[in-house]
Amino acid sequence: MSTDLDVDALLGDAGKHVIACCGSGGVGKTTTAASLALRAAEVHGRRAVVLTIDPAKRLAQSLGMEALDNTPRPVAGVRDGSLDAMMLDMKRTFDEVVASHTSADRAAEIFANPFYQAVSSTFSGTQEYMAMEKLGQLRATGRWDLIVLDTPPSRSALDFLDAPARLARLLDGRVIRLLSASTPGARRSMLSLMGASAAVFTRVFNKVLGGHLLTDVAEFTASLEDTFGGFRKRAEATFRALQDDQTSFLVVAAPEPAAVGEAVYFTRRLTEERMPLDGMILNRLTPVSADLSAERALGAAAQLEEADPEDPVAAVLRTHADLARRRAAEERVAARYAAACPEVPQRWLPSLGVEVVDLEDLRSFGAAAAGVHSELSAERRCPQAVENRTRPDGWPSGRESLSGPRMRGLPVRS
Amino acid sequence: MTASALPVPRLHIVTGKGGTGKTSVAAALALSLAGPGRRALLVEVEGRQGIAPLFGAASLGYEERHLAAGAGGGEVFGQSVDADEALLDYLALFYRLGSAGRVLQKFGAIDFATTIAPGLRDILLTGKLKEAVSRAESGRMAYDAVVLDAPPTGRIVKFLNVTVESGRLAKTGPIGKHSRSVARMLHSSLTNVHLVTTPAAMPVQETVDAYKELAAADLPVGRIVLNKVAGAKSGEVTEDELEAGLARAGISPEPALLAGLMAEYGSAREELRAVDAYRDRLEQLGRPVEELPLLPEGVDLSGLYQLARALGGEA
Repeated sequence: MSTDLDVDALLGDAGKHVIACCGSGGVGKTTTAASLALRAAEVHGRRAVVLTIDPAKRLAQSLGMEALDNTPRPVAGVRDGSLDAMMLDMKRTFDEVVASHTSADRAAEIFANPFYQAVSSTFSGTQEYMAMEKLGQLRATGRWDLIVLDTPPSRSALDFLDAPARLARLLDGRVIRLLSASTPGARRSMLSLMGASAAVFTRVFNKVLGGHLLTDVAEFTASLEDTFGGFRKRAEATFRALQDDQTSFLVVAAPEPAAVGEAVYFTRRLTEERMPLDGMILNRLTPVSADLSAERALGAAAQLEEADPEDPVAAVLRTHADLARRRAAEERVAARYAAACPEVPQRWLPSLGVEVVDLEDLRSFGAAAAGVHSELSAERRCPQAVENRTRPDGWPSGRESLSGPRMRGLPVRS
Repeated sequence: MTASALPVPRLHIVTGKGGTGKTSVAAALALSLAGPGRRALLVEVEGRQGIAPLFGAASLGYEERHLAAGAGGGEVFGQSVDADEALLDYLALFYRLGSAGRVLQKFGAIDFATTIAPGLRDILLTGKLKEAVSRAESGRMAYDAVVLDAPPTGRIVKFLNVTVESGRLAKTGPIGKHSRSVARMLHSSLTNVHLVTTPAAMPVQETVDAYKELAAADLPVGRIVLNKVAGAKSGEVTEDELEAGLARAGISPEPALLAGLMAEYGSAREELRAVDAYRDRLEQLGRPVEELPLLPEGVDLSGLYQLARALGGEA
């Protein structure tokens, strides 16, 4: 039974070309993806690229991703290997796909279609298709030997996995052929093949959508048929590539019931789809630095307060008791994952306490994820944060903070 | 409700960055809005089943179901709205399409609708909300308040404004008409969008951004909820004082323990100062900022009532 995720073995594996970080929103996916990519470059000499979806502004700045040109750009200040970074621009990716598959006139026509404008920029869901498309493009160039992917903040982490299949189903679907066939100049009439029920169908669609919208949709889908044939093939190829062992999925979670529930669900789905899941990273554990049980701290605080209700040492002890109780509650929630998915290696990480904004922070994060003391980050930009901690590398002390979940009982017990 | 005053908001849309606790806040808000004799409906739309576990209840379905007694003695109902069901519902409701609805499903039209136009899901979901808000039963409103555990801040404006977009796309026909009526309600004083954040840099930044986006889209922002605020600590303590204090309390003041406690206390005090700074920043938005405490053991049912009391009833 494995409980320790070996991040360095994963990042150093020359046979791995894609690492996809999945999880619900707010669990630190982007930070995890960026720090793993940086570590892959600096420690393992990989030619890495990180594809992020919606990074925090300051992190984007420090990775040099402000240009927003939808193309990977080198990250300045990387010490070894090479790291490029890009932020996905879904509208632009969609436009590029259209432009590369059709004549300039036809592309202009598609761009002007109101339905295209809505689908490519406004409607949710497009991001998943475009992330998959971009991943395929990056793979096809062969410029990188490791692509680290931050998955979109979907309504569900599963949308990302489902996007290519849904797209394929859509393009193969009878509905789209029906709609394509209903535009002027179509070669074949699906209506005659489908008979009476199709008549009901078009009548209903006309009624529900209004004639105008139907025309827009029909034109749009007809152009999909003309120009997007390769899109489906690539999406399917990307999906298959995700299944082979060149790919690694990492599930990212935080110690909250909803995030852990999503992680369990996602793990099951990946297993069902035969996707190679290599581990789970649990971020944002409350850091606990002192080895003293909550009960003992509260008892001592009460004792001190009997003599002096304002005793500041009691406040220190109560602060510790709160942290210890929070940590214990978080570990109980996190343990649900281990119980549901015992075969998945895990790595638990206490929160850094400061926002991860620059390469130095990413190095510390990556080192902690790999379970080693961050030999690369001798100096931190944030001296106060270091003073507040017990270890010089900026990470909370204690064996427990970086070890696997099963190696100990609750760390707060003395 | 007096005739001259603006209508009291009855649709409460709770959004926030992932991990800020928006589901718990939405649940607590529903409890706080269910005063004596009042009924509140708590709705989720992303199929996550985030609400049921908070109440220790079985998974929610498309049918509204009684969830809990309100904090003020009223009742809270729960519902998980699914787009495919809503589409069939919608077709049955507006077009009396009993069997034709199933034909559509067989053709993959439902799939089509939610794939090629994922925005249609949002149209249906917001449409369903409008129906719940405006539904009357035996001479009174079915629900005094409808609380939505909404998509996160990153998608909230897109989600709420999809009907503006679809109203523009479908210039004629019932979808266009329906879209425009939903859009009118969402932009009216019947609706309040509440933003949930935690005292941390990224969620606060996202809240400020979302506020601006919502304001730009003319969507009415209600409260800003600063969630998970750790309790107040006070006073300077030196390491010597701590050492002496521990000794008095019978705890052996090992150097590692002293250092660990000092580090924790230092971080906690720094966090408190940060909370003040974040609160100031949020208050500049000009909306009421309400604080909810961090519950050390996580949010369970009794915790929800505690949060509901902190939010205060509007009854």
